[in-house]
Amino acid sequence: MTTAAPDDRSPVAARGQPSNPPPSTTGAVVELDHVTKRYGPPGSSPAVNELSLTIPAGEVCVLVGPSGCGKTTTMKMINRLVEPTSGRLTIDGRDVMQLSPVDLRRRIGYVIQQVGLFPHMTVGENTGVVPRLLRWPQARIRERVEELLDLVGLEAAAYRDRYPSELSGGERQRVGVARALAADPPVMLMDEPFGAVDPIRRDRLQNEFLRLQSRVRKTIVFVTHDVDEAIKMADRIAILQRGGILAQYDTPDAILSHPANEFVERFVGADRGLKRLSLARVRDLELIRPVLVTAGTDRTDARRELQASAVDFALLADEHGRPLGWIRATDVDGQGPIDPERATPGASLIEPETTLRDALSAMLASSVQLGAVVDEDERVVGLISVDQISEVLQSGNLPGKTDATG
Amino acid sequence: MTLIDELGAWLADPTHWTGPDGMVTRLLEHVALSGACLGLAIAIALPIGLWIGHTGRGAAGVIRAANIGQALPTLGVIGIVLPLTANIEPYGFDLIPSIVALVALAIPPIVTNTYAGLRQVDPEAVEAGRGMGMRELQLLRLVEVPLALPSVLAGLRISAVQVVATATLAAVLGAGGLGRLIIDGIAQQDDAQLFMGAVLVAILAIATELAFAGLQRIAISPGLRGRVQAARGSAADV
Repeated sequence: MTTAAPDDRSPVAARGQPSNPPPSTTGAVVELDHVTKRYGPPGSSPAVNELSLTIPAGEVCVLVGPSGCGKTTTMKMINRLVEPTSGRLTIDGRDVMQLSPVDLRRRIGYVIQQVGLFPHMTVGENTGVVPRLLRWPQARIRERVEELLDLVGLEAAAYRDRYPSELSGGERQRVGVARALAADPPVMLMDEPFGAVDPIRRDRLQNEFLRLQSRVRKTIVFVTHDVDEAIKMADRIAILQRGGILAQYDTPDAILSHPANEFVERFVGADRGLKRLSLARVRDLELIRPVLVTAGTDRTDARRELQASAVDFALLADEHGRPLGWIRATDVDGQGPIDPERATPGASLIEPETTLRDALSAMLASSVQLGAVVDEDERVVGLISVDQISEVLQSGNLPGKTDATG
Repeated sequence: MTLIDELGAWLADPTHWTGPDGMVTRLLEHVALSGACLGLAIAIALPIGLWIGHTGRGAAGVIRAANIGQALPTLGVIGIVLPLTANIEPYGFDLIPSIVALVALAIPPIVTNTYAGLRQVDPEAVEAGRGMGMRELQLLRLVEVPLALPSVLAGLRISAVQVVATATLAAVLGAGGLGRLIIDGIAQQDDAQLFMGAVLVAILAIATELAFAGLQRIAISPGLRGRVQAARGSAADV
């Protein structure tokens, strides 16, 4: 290693006492300046053609496009798994071609398709790979691993010594993210990181990842072929078309409301209006106060509360406040405690980070067109309704848009 | 006299145990010769297998050569080497031809299994390693070899057992080992000696097999155990 320090973070953060809150390196500016990659001889059609992008520090830039558009090639040029044919790539102003590939890659987090965990290493070993390459002392690696597993929501004591084959797809995904964050890199590359998990878990993981990103503020280059994922994850989207030509580079909202050309318009789909709902989250809505009842609640009380409420359903919850099902207003007439048997089971559980679009689908799919917004412990914090979202759709004004873009 | 009686009498003679031509000496000679040949074979074959497995370069030619090598009869190799080295002092006649033949016997399984093991490593894992900043040797050491280990060790095991069994032939030229008991047994029409030689070779081969099975259990990551069992199952089916 030429830039020998085992710890290449900013001078302020370096060698701080590791016991206090982790000094975290936030993102670096990534800049592509007329970058071209040609696999064939000069003159052949390029995979990436004269691509120029500036990715501001701490933002999520999603590269999206049909297969063969060069999105993965573009990403891999940033850590030099693919060498550009011409053009300049810089990270915080430093030309990546001036750094040794090995040093460069150790400073860039990398999450690949299907996660790519090492099956012969435990979760702890996987997470500690880059620190180990950087020759951190054992004790520091151990501490860092613990901190990272905690950060991605896996209890270190329970997971550290397990092998990837013993984990669910979602858990593997989280370990993959923890591993990429291990050496606290300013930049992370993620190649279809959520491709291997089923749609419901994917949504959860995406939300979780966004929550994490709001804390760590890395510069993230994220590759996907899924427009919806791009819209959800991105601060900025780069839409590429075949031959590695940049069709549009803008915020998701701008791309959906003002597609630059016909290709973009077709690529994002006819349901652009609906897709814009992915840009606002449930937490941006004003939640409806729920009428919470339990198996023991007196019907008279429930009736009184429901009359005063804006909704026609009471939410039946267990003793921890976790929703069990809906109780119709007509089911609380008469006397005595509420009969849990009469509840319509299966309230749609919606997280505050869920997009309006996903919330809408969830509510439309259930028999009661309300959603129970729950916190991390699945306790109800409020309700939303289909009507609220269709109002947003009609008005065209996304709630909370101003603070989402910072 | 039955074989049992002969055996009893033969084994009762302490010089047959610890004498200069006793079983202990022969066993040690056998182990030393086999171990040296296996060690030499590993030193040659492992780097070749790792290199062609990691880079993919030259693999076709090497594997073809290994397959041909596997088909060579050991006695034939001894016959070819002997005239070339017979005049080299001090071991040209009794030891070198046997060593060459045994090393040649041991190399192909190690090369082919190491190569196959590395080729089977999930390319995603290799790409992940490279993308995280592993150098080529680190990639080999931290990712490829541990993942290929079931196959690599299977190759070593095959070679070791074959060498132990075949080293018996070395006695023909005077290299010692358990083969001596067999040859002398035949020459002296001493069935007990012949029998003990054969039994000891068999026991040593089985012990080698078991030792490598133990090594596999210790060395292969528990994270791969599912796969290891699958591999063993399919090997047993064949």
